[in-house]
Amino acid sequence: MSDLRELYQQVILDHNKNPRNFHELAHPTRTVDGYNPLCGDHYTIFVEMDGETIKDIGFTGNGCAISKASASVMSSTLKGKTTQEAHQLFDVFHKLVTGEPSSLSTAELGRLAAFSGVSEFPARVKCASLPWHTLNSAIEGDKEVVSTE
Amino acid sequence: MSAATETQAGPSSRIVDLLDVERVRRDFPILHRTVRENRKLVYLDNAATTQKPQQVIDRIVRYYTEENSNVHRGVHYLSEVATAAYENARTTVKRFIGARDEKEIVFTRGTTEAINLVAQTWGRKNVGAGDEVLITAIEHHSNIVPWQMLCDEKGARLRVAPVNDAGEVLIDEFQKLLTSRTKLVAFGHASNALGTINPIRKMITLAHAASAVVLIDGAQGVPHLRVDVRELDCDFYAFSSHKIYGPTGVGVLYGKEAILDAMPPWQGGGDMILSVSFEKTTYNALPYKFEAGTPNIAGVIGMATAIDYMDSIGIERIAAHEQNLLHYATKRLLEIDGLRIIGTAAEKACVISFVLEGVHPHDIGTILDEQGIAIRTGHHCAQPLMMRFNVPATGRASFAMYNTRDEADALVAGLEKVIEVFR
Repeated sequence: MSDLRELYQQVILDHNKNPRNFHELAHPTRTVDGYNPLCGDHYTIFVEMDGETIKDIGFTGNGCAISKASASVMSSTLKGKTTQEAHQLFDVFHKLVTGEPSSLSTAELGRLAAFSGVSEFPARVKCASLPWHTLNSAIEGDKEVVSTE
Repeated sequence: MSAATETQAGPSSRIVDLLDVERVRRDFPILHRTVRENRKLVYLDNAATTQKPQQVIDRIVRYYTEENSNVHRGVHYLSEVATAAYENARTTVKRFIGARDEKEIVFTRGTTEAINLVAQTWGRKNVGAGDEVLITAIEHHSNIVPWQMLCDEKGARLRVAPVNDAGEVLIDEFQKLLTSRTKLVAFGHASNALGTINPIRKMITLAHAASAVVLIDGAQGVPHLRVDVRELDCDFYAFSSHKIYGPTGVGVLYGKEAILDAMPPWQGGGDMILSVSFEKTTYNALPYKFEAGTPNIAGVIGMATAIDYMDSIGIERIAAHEQNLLHYATKRLLEIDGLRIIGTAAEKACVISFVLEGVHPHDIGTILDEQGIAIRTGHHCAQPLMMRFNVPATGRASFAMYNTRDEADALVAGLEKVIEVFR
């Protein structure tokens, strides 16, 4: 059961139960739907940009604890960051959940470190990365709907 | 057993002997392996696919070891052996579903291909602009999308009979949707997502009264119920081998001979022709007209062995065992706080779809899997149905002849563990 505790860390359970920024934005610059047709996870991510800076992020939708916590942690991590910083963090996060080595320490990862257990569960990597892919599209402005398939 | 059953005379109507589940389990080698961290496998994903008994595995090995050859072509010994085994399998299937003639048994890749075959041949010939195809709200995507494609192409309309909160088709509404425009009616024998067993005999009679042709998606019917296509009087019945303990990649389309005969062929190629010139091709007789190319010979033979295996146990005995499990597992699951069963039809196959308050089915699936318990989570290829019940997904435990009460108990214990993680 140790892997399970690694997956469902307290931070994830907490963000699942009380997701942060779990609401629509009044004046979003971009709105993108993220969708995992395999399990039915579905989120809408709202981004308000101020030039190159992410001024505000909100999200609505439904999905498993991993995807919801990921959207919640992502939204609070990226608020106030530039698009370039967001891309770098996405890269870090992606390495973390797919088990690729990363040069960052747990302290540098911050709350993102809570997702370190995901790499032991290949079936759940898509859950964790869905909100990030969706946000990526929102700041790139290239798609209206993102699907994991 | 009801009193009415017991008062019927004759040994055949007596309560069937109980299935010896331990003996059955010995025939399924995979049930004895462990998964994850040395966990005993509890396989409750049988509506997705069933495990295979040693008899089926051995038969496929024997085919490739001793009989492999192409069918219907060679004059040599092995081709004769392979052809005989392949055609004997057709006779086995004919008997299994009570068809009149081997000509009515078309081998396909599975239920999905069988339905597509009907949509693309019978459908394209007989469904036109303004016509209607009627399905129900509890269909699998494979019994929705082929009809949508047909209707889009032809300018026809797809109608959907609604279900009640228990997941039962509303027969009055179904009847109201049957009109002179209804050309074809397609519905499942049993629902893969909810377990609902449809009153198909009645629905077939109603559809025929409206002069519609009827296709039954039997993927979830044949594993649990005795099927007699002549008694049912359905025009088409489709099912898959892999859900009845046979290999994947093979299935059956049953069709009434006169209807199959009048249908244009589907795929062109070898085996489906009598003669070919660049000017004209003459098509082969039934059922070969619909079996273009070298078929899944080993699969067909393996499927027939699986049918023989089911017959050796007895479908009535399998059904009684599964019903027993259904009642036991339902009762145990409802003891769990916050658990709600989706699909509470009076007539159900041994499929239990459920949601657990505050925990997404995907998380349930992962935590059960860590304990060696395999269930399906998601929308079960029935997204419109999930919308009808206002759930994004469910967990689904589906039982087969080799499952036990202990395994139902393991599921309940596993779900208690889920609640513990999320508390």
